[in-house]
Amino acid sequence: MNSVIRFALSLWFFWGLHSLALAAPKFEDTMAQRTLACTACHGEQGKAGPDGYYPRLAGKPAGYLHHQLQNFREGRRHYPLMQGLIDTLDDAYLQAIATHFSSLSVPYPAPKPSTASAALLEQGRLLATQGRAESGIPACTQCHGKELMGVNPDTPGLLGLPADYLNAQLGGWRTGQRHAVSPDCMAKIAKLLGESDVNAVAQWLSSQAVPANAHPADKKPAATSATIEMQCGSAP
Amino acid sequence: MKDTTASPARAATRWLGILFFVTCTVLATLWFLGGAGWQPTEASSPAESKPANAEQVARGSYLARVGNCAHCHTASGGAAYAGGRAIDTPFGQIVSTNITPDRMAGIGGWNAQDFWLAMHHGMAKDGRALYPAFPYTSFTRISRADSDALFAYLQSVPASTTLRQPHDLRWPYSTQLALRVWRALYFKPAPAIATAPESEEEKGAYLVQGLGHCMECHSARNALGALSSSGKGGYVLPGSQWFAPSLGDRSQGSVADWSLPETVAFLQTGTNGKALASGPMAEVVLHGTQYLSDSDARAMAQYLKALPLQTPATVAGSSTPVTPVTPDATSNAKGATLYADHCASCHGDHGEGQAGAYPALAGNRAVTLANSNNLVLTVLGGGFAPATHGNPRPFGMPPFMLKLSDADIAAVLSYIRSAWGNAAAPVSEFDVNTPRRAQAR
Repeated sequence: MNSVIRFALSLWFFWGLHSLALAAPKFEDTMAQRTLACTACHGEQGKAGPDGYYPRLAGKPAGYLHHQLQNFREGRRHYPLMQGLIDTLDDAYLQAIATHFSSLSVPYPAPKPSTASAALLEQGRLLATQGRAESGIPACTQCHGKELMGVNPDTPGLLGLPADYLNAQLGGWRTGQRHAVSPDCMAKIAKLLGESDVNAVAQWLSSQAVPANAHPADKKPAATSATIEMQCGSAP
Repeated sequence: MKDTTASPARAATRWLGILFFVTCTVLATLWFLGGAGWQPTEASSPAESKPANAEQVARGSYLARVGNCAHCHTASGGAAYAGGRAIDTPFGQIVSTNITPDRMAGIGGWNAQDFWLAMHHGMAKDGRALYPAFPYTSFTRISRADSDALFAYLQSVPASTTLRQPHDLRWPYSTQLALRVWRALYFKPAPAIATAPESEEEKGAYLVQGLGHCMECHSARNALGALSSSGKGGYVLPGSQWFAPSLGDRSQGSVADWSLPETVAFLQTGTNGKALASGPMAEVVLHGTQYLSDSDARAMAQYLKALPLQTPATVAGSSTPVTPVTPDATSNAKGATLYADHCASCHGDHGEGQAGAYPALAGNRAVTLANSNNLVLTVLGGGFAPATHGNPRPFGMPPFMLKLSDADIAAVLSYIRSAWGNAAAPVSEFDVNTPRRAQAR
């Protein structure tokens, strides 16, 4: 009996040693290794940095990620650190990086309960799911998918992101800090939103749980009588 | 008897008058000299504007790529060759011009002769002297045939209506007079040649000194921004603070100790196992030298390898033989800890690097260079080697700008510069702060 325990203990000990060795960073000739410069800030699931929020990259549509890399490199989005980092990369490699991150699947954390009032959250829900026809504002779901998890290849998901980040992006579009390839539909939509609308929709989106096994949809929801025609250079 | 009625004030006025007259004469002479060379004989000869043929356009396209014209003449995200990119100089910012064939905004109204006057003499069609941020100080060596080919190619690119933006230069550098004076002092057109030389030796010099305009960064400049006549010494680029090492100094950027294939590989792929192109050189490789034909790359490499070497003592600001400096023990221990925490996972516990991915830091000239700017900028901003056909998926280094303080970066770099046989001077917080401020702009 004793010998069995001793054997089990030594097995456990060597297994422990083995996993210790695994824990030490080991060089691998992979895209994950090549893109450590990205994950150092963005983490696996997105993370807050000292100067703002670095959104998750995993599982986003590849076309969307590729466009954002190009937008940073070509000055349509402004973050000097990001621009400097990828300045020396060509389109083919940016596409490879986008494809790599888009192929990853990591779990989403549960959303933080929102501190916003029920009225504000309802305003956000209505905007996101129905839009506001009289102002010419389409529902988020019209392009970003019924589940709001994005549509391949070019339209990003809107869930699993903190309210501050969503607020900053919509604000950036309103003030001209963030651009997409022209015609820039999101700039147009953001400018139609009222001040409280931006916060309302950001609060509601950030309080939604991400459905299990969520992935970008393969195509946009079919047009209905409520659909508002939008021209988007980044998602033709 | 002398005229005792002349008051000191009147004498002073007379002297001022003489001084004024002499100054005017000198300036007028300099104005003439500064513009000299662009009007005589050549300008009167009619531009034999034979229609451009496909071969000429193809040659021009190659030359424009290798000379990296688009990089300066294209704004970030803007139309190719439409200008609008600001270039930092010690005298203010110069904004590059539109060289697409638009008649109003670009050079659609020029002919090959006008273009030659700009390339060879640094004069615009309308008689303005051009700022040498457009490196005609190098391009003056380009042959007439290559100038014509470049022109033929530029006339074939899509026209853009982007108008020229004004420069932002301080007085008096903003005046044509200052520019004429500068030209009279520092610019002499090279002897005009009809075609590019064919022998490998001459071709190397032709490409490095002319189209490649390598010395515009890799050479020291005087207080008025003129290239040092010896072409020696490195140069800290205004604005970005990247240091372009001297190509004639073994402790800096000389390639005399690299093999020919290593030198060619650096130009064509940005990496050769001994060095990685970073900062502005990465852009030069990405947009320019990776497209060099094998024979042109060989010729350039041969020429660069054979450049005369400076003796360290004569090089201003260079690494005169370093007496190994032992960093103080506390700071060294802090540097070692920071290295283990942030660097060792890629660069190795002993600075040995990872072949094909992460450069070794032990015995690496870029680490021990006397000027530590490039090292600091690399740690602050991170980055990738240029993505080229020979190295299409480079490995990246994360930025540490937001993770490490000036003191931390100074400590870890001082450690790296004195560990594993490296023997370079420590890096101070001040050495980190200047590039940090440049990068934050």
